[in-house]
Amino acid sequence: MSILVDKNSKIVCQGITGSQGTFHSEQCIAYGTQLVAGVTPGRGGQQHIGVPVFNTMRDAVRETGADVSMILVPPAFAADAILEAADSGVSLIVCITEGIPVMDMVRVKSALRDYDCRLIGPNCPGIITPQQCKIGIMPGFIHKPGRIGVVSRSGTLTYEAVYQTTVNDLGQTTCIGIGGDPVRGMNFIDCLELFEADPDTHGIIMVGEIGGTDEEAAAEFIQSNVSKPVVAYIAGVTAPAGKRMGHAGAIVAGGKGTAADKFKALDAAGVATVRSPAELGSKMREILGD
Amino acid sequence: MNLHEYQAKRLFAEYGIPVPRGIAVKSPNAAADAAKELGGDLWVVKAQIHAGGRGKAGGVRLARSRDEVHAAAKEMLGKQLVTHQSGPEGLPVNVVYVESGSAIERELYLSMLVDREVSRVAFIASAAGGMDIEKVAAETPEKIFTVAIAPDAGLQDYQARQLGFGLGLNSSQLRQFTDLIRKLYRLYDECDASLVEVNPLIVTKAGDVVALDAKINIDSNALYRQPRLVELRDITQEDEKEREAAAHDLNYVSLGGDIACMVNGAGLAMATMDLIKLHGGEPANFLDVGGGATKERVAEAFKLILSNDKVTAILVNIFGGIVRCDLIAEGIINAVKEVGVGVPVVVRLEGTNVDKGRELLASSGLAIISADNLTDAAKKVVAARRAAR
Repeated sequence: MSILVDKNSKIVCQGITGSQGTFHSEQCIAYGTQLVAGVTPGRGGQQHIGVPVFNTMRDAVRETGADVSMILVPPAFAADAILEAADSGVSLIVCITEGIPVMDMVRVKSALRDYDCRLIGPNCPGIITPQQCKIGIMPGFIHKPGRIGVVSRSGTLTYEAVYQTTVNDLGQTTCIGIGGDPVRGMNFIDCLELFEADPDTHGIIMVGEIGGTDEEAAAEFIQSNVSKPVVAYIAGVTAPAGKRMGHAGAIVAGGKGTAADKFKALDAAGVATVRSPAELGSKMREILGD
Repeated sequence: MNLHEYQAKRLFAEYGIPVPRGIAVKSPNAAADAAKELGGDLWVVKAQIHAGGRGKAGGVRLARSRDEVHAAAKEMLGKQLVTHQSGPEGLPVNVVYVESGSAIERELYLSMLVDREVSRVAFIASAAGGMDIEKVAAETPEKIFTVAIAPDAGLQDYQARQLGFGLGLNSSQLRQFTDLIRKLYRLYDECDASLVEVNPLIVTKAGDVVALDAKINIDSNALYRQPRLVELRDITQEDEKEREAAAHDLNYVSLGGDIACMVNGAGLAMATMDLIKLHGGEPANFLDVGGGATKERVAEAFKLILSNDKVTAILVNIFGGIVRCDLIAEGIINAVKEVGVGVPVVVRLEGTNVDKGRELLASSGLAIISADNLTDAAKKVVAARRAAR
């Protein structure tokens, strides 16, 4: 099994005719994802890389039965795209776009409370259930069906964790990059809850980074709600305070959000933390045994 | 993007937020003239730099005559001001702000930022103005009042009352305070701020609520729709290397160590720094060449790294996903040849076409040390650094 997406998920790509949208939609289709439609306002009625393009999300969902949106539009249009997706009735929105103004996300997040849908991202690699459904920009070939759930705020560091579970012969149920922005959709806790409920997920790898207090909140949640083994790593032990480290959300501000605090909270919650990101896979292997 | 105090106060004034009268100047003579124009018999001369802690560092001076204003400005202008936030080299003072002195009854603290736990803009207020808010939060958290604003409903009067009564304001001051924070909220929203800090917010002896200091940071993701604010950017206050990096779509942060790293992706870049430290080295920088690292970017990244003469070794860590490792390897080889790298380079490649990439590096004839995995890479670069010494 898996969480959130599987081989039955039908995807519509918002921004499919752009260069990013085109390239990554092709990659998703090549992986075997059911990418059934695209949306680009003004291009409705055309075909693009073999899928029908619609003017609006409502049209796309009505005509194709899509239930997940993948957003690859420029940052200035992303807030509008997320809300259009929510309005169309899809149950999951995956926003890859990086660089969305934070005030846009504050408004979007508030407005999303009115809808029965989940948002992954923005500024994230996306979500993948190996050999079933890839939604996002991650390289498909490093994944392998298996028994580990992976949740991370990062992109390439997620690939690192995923690859380690692949070479350690553990494989993954589903991998989610929740994104590097300060205001985002699904958080660690939301993903942990789903992985805990998924019978095929035997262990969870959680990759956090400096900034905010979501890892601390996750630690508290794990202590009372997660029975499965969790292996965690936090990036940014050496990051100086007050400096933004690439991701908009990766900043130690006002003494909050240090890697040391996060490690401490996770350790206290009984999470198996690793100080080296190279040990995520081997640690999980050790815990799960054969 | 940071604004200077004088720019922030101009913006405050535009929104009707009370600030003392002041004039920004670039010479001691202009400072003395500004004092004359402002009138009165007490002025404050404030160095304009993008760092806090100016008061303790001599960047804020009281002056009781025009001569004193002239002298204070002369002392500050053209110098590097070092504060606990400015970094050891300090920041250049090109502008000083001459302001009418205020008769202060009370000093309060007020700031706004996005509270990440609730994904809303929040006001933070404290009666302990002029102090380091982190210290107040750590030692006397009960003195700090916070309200988070629902974006659709906006700031409510009860929230203003929660803050105002918490600060111990009387009813006339509370009216002024409510008006002030309403305007601040509008400013924050309309200007795409990421931080507004007023430390201190004062109650004058006459009983008026006035913003005595002003700090504004603008969300860099929103600059595309804030053209007027972009013009206020002062590049003399920015780290030259970080600025140069940004111009090439690279994300660079200087650190104190001597092992440089070049990585694709921000999280992996931080993790690489941590690994260097874990294996006994000190990272010289954070450098994210982005998910789609191209040949050109890799070359620029090498140039940037090598412009730091403290660097004794370089670790390149690329997880090629969508990007192919053989293309990255070619980029590294070209860059090493073109730029002329005189320190050991350890390269760890993983991902698509990794074998071809490693082969290219091995047959390049260059002294590139290939690493098999993360740990191997960190160990090798630390060892190479030692050998180079």
